[in-house]
Amino acid sequence: MPRTETVKSNIKNIVIMGCGRVGATLAALFDAAGHKVTVLDIDAYSFRRLPPSFSGTALIGNGTDEEILRKAGIAEADAFIALTQGDNRNVMAAQIAQQIFKVPRVICRIYDPLRKDIYEQLGIEAISPTEIFADILFKRLEKQ
Amino acid sequence: MKPLYIVIIGGGNIGYYLSKALLDEGHEVLIVEKDSRKCERLEDELGSCCMRGDGCETAVLSEAGLNRADVLIATTAQDEDNLVTCQVAKYRYKVPRTIALVNNPSNDKIFKQLGVDASISVTNTILEHVEQEIPAHPLIHLLTMSGQMEEVVELLVAKESPAVGKSIAQLRLPADTTVVLVIRDGERPRIPGVDTLLKENDRIIALTTPSSEKILQNAVTG
Repeated sequence: MPRTETVKSNIKNIVIMGCGRVGATLAALFDAAGHKVTVLDIDAYSFRRLPPSFSGTALIGNGTDEEILRKAGIAEADAFIALTQGDNRNVMAAQIAQQIFKVPRVICRIYDPLRKDIYEQLGIEAISPTEIFADILFKRLEKQ
Repeated sequence: MKPLYIVIIGGGNIGYYLSKALLDEGHEVLIVEKDSRKCERLEDELGSCCMRGDGCETAVLSEAGLNRADVLIATTAQDEDNLVTCQVAKYRYKVPRTIALVNNPSNDKIFKQLGVDASISVTNTILEHVEQEIPAHPLIHLLTMSGQMEEVVELLVAKESPAVGKSIAQLRLPADTTVVLVIRDGERPRIPGVDTLLKENDRIIALTTPSSEKILQNAVTG
């Protein structure tokens, strides 16, 4: 897929909000691939999930706070990913990144499929793990 | 006045006193509150006007009859919850007016930019009062235009101000800033022209933006 490759090469500077399992794994992947990565989390303890080799920035703070986002370098970011446990926090941070800081690529995790649909209609790129996982399970069991 | 159907998210102090006042005015009020104990207390006090549930869940909002609501007021302590409830109410249920409590004052602007009809920041409201109480304060915020990034401010041309004796044009204000009124003691307030000269003790009412506010303040108060 040529399109994926161009997008990939455009993203040099990425801000990730939420250093849970997914956030930390994603941060490590981008870091290993040579991108500039900043991870945000309100709890310093979550940064333990980052590998020792991680050379990016880990910043304590709430990503729904405009000032913290600015400190995280959101104004220069090519991509922002919102991955906290709270759907609303993710949605709010994603909208600030997209509409106020004009980050070119913003993706946000929304567990609630209904809320995901609403925000997709409002122009937010959202992924619902709930939907995806239910779909995978359904397909696997259906095949048997 | 025709009674309105008003849905309030959050049954804390603000939600409680708001409902009480609005019920007294004859409106139909429903409070949506997550905590069952708070719900019981509200029902004991106000009658059956409380529904237990998460005000961000579409299922709960549908059950609350949001599609016929005239106003939605989000009063929880979490700004992100207040924002999402207002946006879902506005875009999904077409509620004509959404009002949000803003806990972090810097979210005030953001909420308006993201489509909330009115946002109220307690911190900013108190600050405005403090500004008005202290006459020496150089710039007073009078009004923020809803939906736009424009505000109306008041400034005093003090004795030592660099603006004394200058015309409005000489202040070299940014393009998005307009002096709309000059108030002078003993005279009728007037709409100034570019050549209007400023005097000591003039009060200026100007239309500006948060980004140009500082430049305006420096030009008038030095």
